[in-house]
Amino acid sequence: MAKITFDGIEVEVEDGTTILQAARKIGGNVVPPAMCFYTPLKGSGGKCRVCLVKVTQGSTKDPRPMPKLVASCITQVQDGMVVENTTNEDVLNARKSIVEMLLINHPLDCPICDQAGECSLQDLSYEHGVSSQRYEEERRTFNRVDLGPYIQLHMTRCILCYRCVYTADQVAEKRVHGVLGRGDAAEIGTYIENMVDHEMSGNVIDVCPVGALTDKTWRFKNRVWFTKPLDAHRDCPTCSGKVTLWNRGDQVLRVTARKDKYNEVEEFICNTCRFDKKEMSDWTIEGPRHIDRGSVISANHYELPVVNVPIVPNLPRSAKKDLPNAPEQWNP
Amino acid sequence: MGLKILTEHINVPGIETLEVYRKHGGYKSVEKAVKTMTPEEVVEEVKTSGLRGRGGAGFPTGMKWSFLAKPEGVPRYLVCNADESEPGTFKDRWFMERNPHALIEGMITSSYALGANTSYIYIRGELMFILRILEKAIAEAYAAGLLGKNILGSGYDLDLHVAPGGGAYICGEETALLESLEGKRGNPRNKPPFPAVKGLFASPTVVNNVETIASVPWIVNNTGAEYAKVGIGRSTGTKLISASGNINNPGVFEIELGVPVEEFIYSDEYCGGIWKGKQLKAVVPGGSSVPILPANLILKTTAGEGRLMSYESLSDGGFVSGSMMGSGAFIVFDEDQCIVRNTWNYSRFYHHESCGQCSPCREGTGWMEKVLHRIEYGHGHQQDIDLLVSVAKQIEGNTICPLGDAAAWPVAAAIRHFRDEFEWHIKYPKEATAPGAVYRGQLDSVTA
Amino acid sequence: MTIVLMAETKNEVKFSDAAMADIQRYISHYPEGRQKSAILPILHIAQAEFGGWVSPEVMDKVAEILDIEPIEVYEVATFYTMFNLKPVGRHVLEVCRTGPCCLRGADQLIETLKHKLGVEEGGTSADGLFTLKPVECLASCGTGPMLQVREKFYENLETEEQVDAFLEMMRKSGVETPYHQAAYQKS
Repeated sequence: MAKITFDGIEVEVEDGTTILQAARKIGGNVVPPAMCFYTPLKGSGGKCRVCLVKVTQGSTKDPRPMPKLVASCITQVQDGMVVENTTNEDVLNARKSIVEMLLINHPLDCPICDQAGECSLQDLSYEHGVSSQRYEEERRTFNRVDLGPYIQLHMTRCILCYRCVYTADQVAEKRVHGVLGRGDAAEIGTYIENMVDHEMSGNVIDVCPVGALTDKTWRFKNRVWFTKPLDAHRDCPTCSGKVTLWNRGDQVLRVTARKDKYNEVEEFICNTCRFDKKEMSDWTIEGPRHIDRGSVISANHYELPVVNVPIVPNLPRSAKKDLPNAPEQWNP
Repeated sequence: MGLKILTEHINVPGIETLEVYRKHGGYKSVEKAVKTMTPEEVVEEVKTSGLRGRGGAGFPTGMKWSFLAKPEGVPRYLVCNADESEPGTFKDRWFMERNPHALIEGMITSSYALGANTSYIYIRGELMFILRILEKAIAEAYAAGLLGKNILGSGYDLDLHVAPGGGAYICGEETALLESLEGKRGNPRNKPPFPAVKGLFASPTVVNNVETIASVPWIVNNTGAEYAKVGIGRSTGTKLISASGNINNPGVFEIELGVPVEEFIYSDEYCGGIWKGKQLKAVVPGGSSVPILPANLILKTTAGEGRLMSYESLSDGGFVSGSMMGSGAFIVFDEDQCIVRNTWNYSRFYHHESCGQCSPCREGTGWMEKVLHRIEYGHGHQQDIDLLVSVAKQIEGNTICPLGDAAAWPVAAAIRHFRDEFEWHIKYPKEATAPGAVYRGQLDSVTA
Repeated sequence: MTIVLMAETKNEVKFSDAAMADIQRYISHYPEGRQKSAILPILHIAQAEFGGWVSPEVMDKVAEILDIEPIEVYEVATFYTMFNLKPVGRHVLEVCRTGPCCLRGADQLIETLKHKLGVEEGGTSADGLFTLKPVECLASCGTGPMLQVREKFYENLETEEQVDAFLEMMRKSGVETPYHQAAYQKS
């Protein structure tokens, strides 16, 4: 076991735990955001850099601070480690920088994006973004790539988190889509004639943090905040059959896997459950699904006066001067 | 003429053949190491020598070697980084082309020291003709019993292979190199784990530059203590310098570390002065990633001391008034060169070479290139200069690998030392974009 | 930018015996189960064998040889700039456009070549002989401006006369020794 101090809060976790998972054990507003890391996917993480934190003490044995900010999702804790996240201005500034970088080439087409309302990039920008725009160059564009009858790929929205690639590798055993090209011209692509037709391929939609991969059977049907999420299950020969239905009245508009408060899938589901079972009679309804952090649907983020409020209370007063009317403590 | 550790025999006709190479004392270090020394003793000599990595980072080689994990029953690897791609650097290509056996000898001796039984030379794909030279030399070494099973009857086995890259600067970063060697995209790995613990094929691995490895035979033959006597302070030994740009004698020079920069630029033994009788404007002393320095700061430190060609002296003053030794790529600018254009050029390079894995580098390098392009082509705004400084700062230190830093430093340094030239470009776009126009040091002079 | 993988006209992809022997030699350099490591040398061999570029069919064949998924080959081939993903001219002129070469006139060299060949960057001349492909630093900074054609460097191309002489020579030259024949054979 290792004992660490995260934003002044002590927590004890198993050896080998990452800083991010330790922070999640504490929970609440100290948890760093994660755009590429995804617990169920082996090898994910380290790429988007939004979870950077400052390690001010490496361990009891070696108390030297780590020279650079580290990605909390892939850095393991050491006994006696001291980590700063929301209490460190450098961390918050770096995060702001990275949000800006993620947005410069993003089309900001939220009004016509099916992910809007449950988009991790929206949440992140809302909590850590800046309201002004310094980028005045042309944004990157891509040709359309067809991923078959069920999955819509909008490459312009992609933030290259690689989650879908890991999913295709680990959940659907035969991978036909991957990352092509490099640098800011890198893209999720597939060989034109190869459809993404594996029976688990639809899971790439659930793991996508933005609107790059969306469900064609749900396309433009409704806005997610108008729908009613319900937990349901069926006897499925392929997967667990445990899903969330997104309804308008008795009409099933969309089926997804069940996700926890960090938007992580509890159990991956098959394409039959996801795309073909759109009748209430296909399902046994368990009850309403509570949607937690990671979505604006029930978190009511948009009703708050100041976005940064949940994450600033631990900062010194001087650092808060730019935040209008920030209350001392925020209680949801 | 200083001591030549690496290039003493480089101009001997036929030195690329095993026969001539051996006639000039080649492969003595292999014989000495495998027959009379333990691997630990070889590591100890390298430690004593103070040899520092010649690829750019300058990390002490002996220390790097001693970090190598040695779990039972797991193979260890030595990988030579011959992915020489840092703009301005061409010493390794030059060296391998002329004296391939010197690298192979270093690989055998070093592999023995590390307990590696399979080693690789990863060479950039563009240098396929060098790969063929190396493969030919390796075949000769196998035939002579210097490679393969039971080398020189010592019981030590080593297989050595050359692997080509495919065109990617990023594969010079050691973990990207390992990914590439495993047949993948050259995406750098997150560290830890470090290659010394989990490198090639998840086994403990040391990655060293060509020049570093080629320095090992001399150290083994003459002892580390002798090597440490060469050079100055903690910059021991000799270094290959790739000199390019607007000088009379571009080329590769082996120098004893500590030669004055002024002598290096103006002496006929080295660069031979600025071409066409022009004046020196600036120097990038260690490859495109390191900060550019204007003429006054490259020749003298802010304390007024003459700057030397050594790790410490070139970095004297930190990034405020100093730079870095880097890979030893010495790029010289004459008075007619435009700093803005040059900065844009390097920025385009880093944008082109970013692997695209982590967001600050993927997005930030392109952003900087676009802004610099605008300024160079007469569409800049005054606030762009601060914007560039800010974007560079946002990339620096926040990326997975050092490419982000390498992209940010040249931009930040160019603005630090040549801010008025950027301002002039923005203020007088018409004059600045005229053919051959160069800023002459007066902000409001439009008669460039 | 979007990467479009172009289909080949030829249907059957078959490596020559010499190329296959060389491919097997490269695969043998790596531990068992790590045959994917040989992908870059094999792609180089493939590019030399099949007209200077790699089509999806060729990449599929490489995947088959290495026993990996085709997408793994596409991912690698599109990452590294040496692999041409569409048909090219007989000679691909890879001109260095990076800093040190520019100090000695690389920009002018590229302009001269554009003008003389009547092509834009990345384009192929009407006679199908030349493709102009500006590339980043080729580690020949002391002898710039320079360019590479296949495995050869052509250096110090400073004057228009030199460029003319170079192009004339290349016009007369066929495709040189293919990749696999030049490689050394162990044992």
